[in-house]
This record gives sequence, C-alpha cells and structure tokens, in this order.
Amino acid sequence: MSDTKNFMFLNRRAPYGTIYAWESLEVVLIAAAFEQNVSLMFADDGVYQLVKGSDSSGIGMKNFTPTYRTLGDYEVRHMYVDKASLEARGLTTDDLIEVEWEDWETEESVDNIVEVVDSEKAAELLENSDTVFSF
Amino acid sequence: MKFSIQVNEGPYQHQASDSAYQFTKAALEKGHEIFRVFFYHDGVLNGTRLTTPPQDDRNIVNNWTELAEKHDLDLVVCVAAAQRRGIVDDGEAERNGKDATNIAPKFRISGLGQLVEAAIQSDRLVTFGD
Repeated sequence: MSDTKNFMFLNRRAPYGTIYAWESLEVVLIAAAFEQNVSLMFADDGVYQLVKGSDSSGIGMKNFTPTYRTLGDYEVRHMYVDKASLEARGLTTDDLIEVEWEDWETEESVDNIVEVVDSEKAAELLENSDTVFSF
Repeated sequence: MKFSIQVNEGPYQHQASDSAYQFTKAALEKGHEIFRVFFYHDGVLNGTRLTTPPQDDRNIVNNWTELAEKHDLDLVVCVAAAQRRGIVDDGEAERNGKDATNIAPKFRISGLGQLVEAAIQSDRLVTFGD
C-alpha cells in the first residue's frame, strides 16, 4: 500500500469518564505504523487530554497521559489545540504537556509539536485533511 | 464513490448503528461501494448474535447480517474493543480460554489496521457515533 493520506484525529472528549480518548489513541498508534501523515486536534473537553500532571490513581484507571508524550516517536508531526476550547476552560499553554519530535534520519527536531490554533486555522486544518477520525 | 463506515456505539442505546445501517443501505441502493463497516468502542456490541429484542422492535444485529449477506459486506469488529466487551469468535475463544462464542453471522473480528486500511482505500470514511 503506497497511498499516503493526511489523517486528522479530532479528539473532543475528556480523557477519563469514557473510553473514547484511550481508544482513539490506539488508532493513532496503528495509523502511524501505516506510515500515514498523522495529526491530532484537541477541541472541547478534548483539551483536557493534554493537561499535564494528571493523576488517575484515585479512579482505578491507567494514566495514559505519558503515551501522548511518545507520539513524536511515532511520527506524529502535529498536535493542535483549539484556542477557544482552552480559554473556555480557564487553561493556558502552560497547563499543557510538551511533546518533542525528532526525525532520526535527518536529525531534524522540534522541541514541542503541541500548537494552539484559533478556530479559523482549526477549520482550515480539518478542511485540508483527507480523512478526519472523530472521537 | 467508495465508502467505509465506522460505528462507535452499541445497538439500541444510541441511534448510531441504526443510522449507519440506513446510510449503508441507501448508499448501496444508489450504486455506491461499501469497502468495509468497522465497529469500534461499544459499536462492537452490534456483533453479538445473542441479542434478543422484543418481537415488535427492529433487530439491529440481524439487519446488519442480512444486509451483509445480500451485498457481501465486510463487517469487522475491532479485536481490542471486542475483548474488553466480551465479543468472542472461535479463534478468540481458543486464544483466551473462553467457554463460548457469540459473534453474529457475517461479522469477523480483526485489528485496528482494518480501520486504517479502510480509511486509506476509501474516498470517504463516515463515522456514526454519539
């Protein structure tokens, strides 16, 4: 299969409370293995998925926030956060985890692929994706 | 056009599976191709043959099976989601030491790669969920 598509994973739900965020992450990891151009977008309560310092031990759930930090190693190149969703929840960029990306062959690297975008840019990014996976 | 369908909710609680079924049926009647129907999250619960709704209600599982028989549809249940929710075929029963199976006719259990492949191969991936 030589086709490469621009995949956008749109995450709109809180990390815990339902399984959508965790099972979305499982698809992201598989899609990256298929050598597709994989980007993620976090909007609405989905922005909570990237909040740092989360502790899920009190609810008996595995804390999967560390998995987001490894996405750069899985060739995920962009993680976008909707600005309006962030602001509506009283959050800022400082509350979010940072995800490093590095191309092992070219040694090109980006310190943090998490990028806050306004609604107009978010709409444009979704429009330019070949496939949007909605979770 | 070549479509793939993703169903993210179980039967009856949500309309997602009904809507996905109606969409799939309509697309086929219009001459479109359905490359694959992929059941994810609680959507895997659409794939148990043990479902027994009241007689005057629609049987969502049978609807899918019958549509698949008529059009040779590929109905795929995600293995990881299925294992969590107790959807079992012969292979899974043997691998995980279960004493029964419940997969409905025409459904098969496979990996998430089937969803990614469907998205690559199809013109549109249409998601039905909550």
